[in-house]
Amino acid sequence: MGLKEKILVKSLWVFHISAGSCNNCDIEILDCLTPRFDIERFGMQLIGSIRHADVLLVTGAMNKKSAPILKDLYEQAPKPCFVVAVGTCPCSQHMFKDSYNTISSLDAIIPVDVYIPGCPPKPEAIIAGIAKLINKLTNDKR
Amino acid sequence: MSKKKIIPIGPYHPLQEEPEFFKLIVEGEKVVELEIEIGYNHRGIEKLAENKHWDQVTFVVERICGICSTSHPFAYVLAVEDLLGMQPPQRASYIRMIIDELQRIHSHLLWLGLAGHFIGYNTIWMWAWKAREPILDLFELISGNRQHYAMMKIGGVRKDIDPQNYQAIRKTIKELYPTLKMFEKVVKDDPVIMKRTKGVGVLTKEYAISFGALGPTARASGVNIDVRKDDPYALYDKIDWSVVVLTDGDIYAKILLRILECLESSSIILKCLESLDRIPKGEIETEVFDIPAGEGIGRVEAPRGECFHYVRSDGTNRPVRHKIRAPSFMNVATNLVTVCGYTISDAAITLAAVDPCYCCTERGAVFSKSGKKILTGEELIKLSIEKTEKLKRLYQKQNKFNFQNKNI
Repeated sequence: MGLKEKILVKSLWVFHISAGSCNNCDIEILDCLTPRFDIERFGMQLIGSIRHADVLLVTGAMNKKSAPILKDLYEQAPKPCFVVAVGTCPCSQHMFKDSYNTISSLDAIIPVDVYIPGCPPKPEAIIAGIAKLINKLTNDKR
Repeated sequence: MSKKKIIPIGPYHPLQEEPEFFKLIVEGEKVVELEIEIGYNHRGIEKLAENKHWDQVTFVVERICGICSTSHPFAYVLAVEDLLGMQPPQRASYIRMIIDELQRIHSHLLWLGLAGHFIGYNTIWMWAWKAREPILDLFELISGNRQHYAMMKIGGVRKDIDPQNYQAIRKTIKELYPTLKMFEKVVKDDPVIMKRTKGVGVLTKEYAISFGALGPTARASGVNIDVRKDDPYALYDKIDWSVVVLTDGDIYAKILLRILECLESSSIILKCLESLDRIPKGEIETEVFDIPAGEGIGRVEAPRGECFHYVRSDGTNRPVRHKIRAPSFMNVATNLVTVCGYTISDAAITLAAVDPCYCCTERGAVFSKSGKKILTGEELIKLSIEKTEKLKRLYQKQNKFNFQNKNI
């Protein structure tokens, strides 16, 4: 583990991108911040600018209009930047696979570190996913 | 005269939950014009629905929107039931109403929290979302999922509500009541909320009607429009309730109206439970075998306004055409008048005040000309401009109509 990652895992700042989702994963991500789940106690914070982000939470089935912008956003993020696919749509396109406007799953566009399937995943699952990312970064085999 | 400048908001902006693009054209601090660009959420649901079996479509339309995720399947099953000319069992109708009203409370509280967030009042965000959690627990108890309940089915509902759970629902609703009353008091008392929202982003009744605004956006402007009263579906006509209408049309009225609607919804739920108590436990669905050729419509009052579904069948196991009209499409257009004339800092809350839902709105239309050429958006706009010009010339010749730009 490099020095950068070692510092990062103490306080991951997350940026949320909705690339053509149905809003459910988005509100579940926001739900993680509100009193019942409150991920800010783990040092995670939802931030407003991509240039401060350590983790991108991507939701939704990529469509032809949002995919190029998503790629741009990933290029603007400071590296190392970790990508989490939240929901079944970015993982495997869900039921939008045959649609004329969706392109591919997320990993064909940008590299993905953690997949959180579910329609929508519960806030507990999202928190567990981020915790797995931290485990992955610290090479913890738990 | 000062120079005009453009402030872009979006498509990915911390203000927004969803991708959409606004161009604010400003003179100094004042917003003079607004351009809206959507399309980042389009997934081609109507076309997908035409390739699915009648039962599968219920799940596809559920994924149109996550917040009002029972309104779309509800409207769809009503459309198919209209096609079949059948009525679901009484018990199923009451269960549908309970789910619909619970969802209304959850959606309005969610919006209230986001509205608090947009005016920089994060306390309201946290409080409202905390109050919303017990409702999600109820959904998990009834349907097994926090969001996307999958309760609707052609001919009835997929799951029954266990009579043992009535008490849990009653308890949650009764516990929520003081919280909602507290929110009402906070909004009426707090000087900061008053200053930020009173008289800001006013949508007059005339504009609300001319833009075809629906739901809370129209009702806050004094337009008494509610599908549940105007064209009752399910069993809304069997239950005593009233439509909340406010007249100011500003953001303050929109906030207050949604809180009052939550209170109204909770009383509807309690009345539905009373009726369920009287009905013996029994059938929750009528079995449907074949769907004949024909067409049907379904209208449902979603938390944001009237949601409309149209289906056409040719007797096979798939719909030939499925048309969806979501309320946000009309409501988002009202931003064109509500944002202009106020400062940039008010734009955030004003743009959010209609409770926009872009994932619902983004229906696409591709026109095929002579079976070969498919027109792009720009070409379509060019065609549209040409048509308007043509009409202008025609009417100017006849002197019947004066086409002056009203500059909205």
